[in-house]
Amino acid sequence: MRSMLEAYAEVAGADVIDQLHQLAEPLRGKRVVHVNSTRIGGGVAEILNKLVPALEELGIESIWEVLTGESDFYQCTKGFHNAIQGTAADIPPALLRVYEETNAENAERLRPVLAEADIVLIHDPQPAALLRHIPERRGKWIWRCHIDASRPYRPVWRYLRKFVSEYDASIFSLAAFAQPLPHNVYIIPPSIDPLTEKNMDLPEEEIAAVRERFGIDPDRPMILQVSRFDRFKDPLGVIAAYREARKFVPNLQLVLAGGGATDDPEGDVVLTEVQQAAAGDANIKVLLLPADAHRTINALQRAADIVLQKSLKEGFGLTVTEAMWKGKPVIGGNTGGIRLQLVNHETGFLVNTPEGAAMRIRYLLFHQKQRLKMGRNAREFVRENFLVTRHMREYLTLILTLIHGGEERIVLG
Amino acid sequence: MTVNQPEPIPEKGFAIKDCALTAIATGRRAQNLRELRHILQEIHPGSIYYHFWGGLLRPRYYDREYKNDFANWAATSLHHQTLAERLSVIDPNDYADIERLREELLDTIDDVLDATEQVPWAVADEQFHFMRSQIVVFSTHHLVAEPEQLKEVVPAMTISSVFYHFIDARSRTDAHVDDFRAWLGGMSPRYDDLCERLAQVDPYFESLPRLREQLSELFNDYFGGGAS
Repeated sequence: MRSMLEAYAEVAGADVIDQLHQLAEPLRGKRVVHVNSTRIGGGVAEILNKLVPALEELGIESIWEVLTGESDFYQCTKGFHNAIQGTAADIPPALLRVYEETNAENAERLRPVLAEADIVLIHDPQPAALLRHIPERRGKWIWRCHIDASRPYRPVWRYLRKFVSEYDASIFSLAAFAQPLPHNVYIIPPSIDPLTEKNMDLPEEEIAAVRERFGIDPDRPMILQVSRFDRFKDPLGVIAAYREARKFVPNLQLVLAGGGATDDPEGDVVLTEVQQAAAGDANIKVLLLPADAHRTINALQRAADIVLQKSLKEGFGLTVTEAMWKGKPVIGGNTGGIRLQLVNHETGFLVNTPEGAAMRIRYLLFHQKQRLKMGRNAREFVRENFLVTRHMREYLTLILTLIHGGEERIVLG
Repeated sequence: MTVNQPEPIPEKGFAIKDCALTAIATGRRAQNLRELRHILQEIHPGSIYYHFWGGLLRPRYYDREYKNDFANWAATSLHHQTLAERLSVIDPNDYADIERLREELLDTIDDVLDATEQVPWAVADEQFHFMRSQIVVFSTHHLVAEPEQLKEVVPAMTISSVFYHFIDARSRTDAHVDDFRAWLGGMSPRYDDLCERLAQVDPYFESLPRLREQLSELFNDYFGGGAS
């Protein structure tokens, strides 16, 4: 049977996998422990599901531990999550006590594993206080922040900072998301996994079936935005852009596909506004899809001629990179991480207004050759920069640096 | 594995290597030009290197309108075209070391600050983030035995390999030259002419794909034309 790394080599290139082996060689026999708060769902679990077996295949002992806690603990860490992303809400002292007690209990349970590990990677704020309870630790500890901490709510950040300051290094996704800390702060952008249901190649018949299921005409152009129904994703701006473009492309179809149940109370309000704006236009499909509809989203992205991510505010928009991987030009909002993910005029366009988006939609639909070329550029750009193999390489580099010391240059092979 | 040690060029043959940069945030950020100047004055030299050369290896496509991150920020975030143009034309190869380059940057910024009534500002989410990097060098397991082989090998190199041998080399070889010249120059005077032609290739003002094309053409012309 084909190994995981062999499967990646077919997509990312054998040289990329060879580099992973070179990085892993000096780390053979070392033990890396990951700790996060869930084994299923969410981007962190998704990356760990790949990273942990890949490290094992590279000869590095890799263990994934999950924190356990009661509902008050998760209420507290949800508060952390929101506060790091800027929501100004204090967390009651009683919940903070639960947070510290839960970390202390988990530290007792995990003590032998954590104390003996060569590297401990702590993901997000939930397990951040574990370090304090393992004074006998012999390895290096890294705090990985997966969320945008560019403008945290200061009282909560001050509380968390006292825990994360004690780590040997931290990792943020973009420089703009990072906070100053008294150790090396590494910048490792997120990635996509080309082998998951979200991104794998699909048979044409499956794409055709999804088109048929949602009443999308294969003979007419279709533009798509995949995102939560959230004001920052500007779905109403997308409808405005579609209406403007439709004056010149009368047979245009728009699909807005997003998640259903959400803990964002404003989600339903925005969805209602979107449905009202789309009412009476059979060429706009507003799709509420379940959270695990990965293959459906994949098929919709492949069925689209152009993908939009017209966000007004965005961290790292994974859907941008996912669409680019499917060879689609992306029209993205000129904001946040999208500026890094998308190369203006080469793999798509950055826009600031619905009018700008409409102009680019028209351009791409009237210039098929250019549209296809941008799509090809987009796929190559993702292959070189945003696949999970690059993510693994950067993790391994960081681990190697922490274990062997050295600041600026590591020579392998 | 070695860390922070100069890498020996093998005596017999030229070992093709590859590299990757890992970005490290320094935690220093500038919101306006005066802050940029203030931080620039004291930032680690590795950060200046990163903002001049690291951009070549970061996710981007082909040519950069402005040749370094400072110039790019001046244009896109401060909207100060004069400063962007003046910063963009600074060629790091013209300076003996990073400290001289730092002085030139500071002088250029000071000139603009002296002539400006209002300090140029960037909007809140467009701060300049000072970064530095760490380089990891990989073996490709490919050894070039004879200089003539370069005409076939160079077109097939990855762009990060071109970066390593043609740009990074200048900061790690004693003579501050690229690896091709370091190798060929040590072999025989017959390659002096080739080394001279390599010296004329500007590593800074081209994208890495274009640089690879230029080097490929140069080696092909030299060896393919029967000059050897």
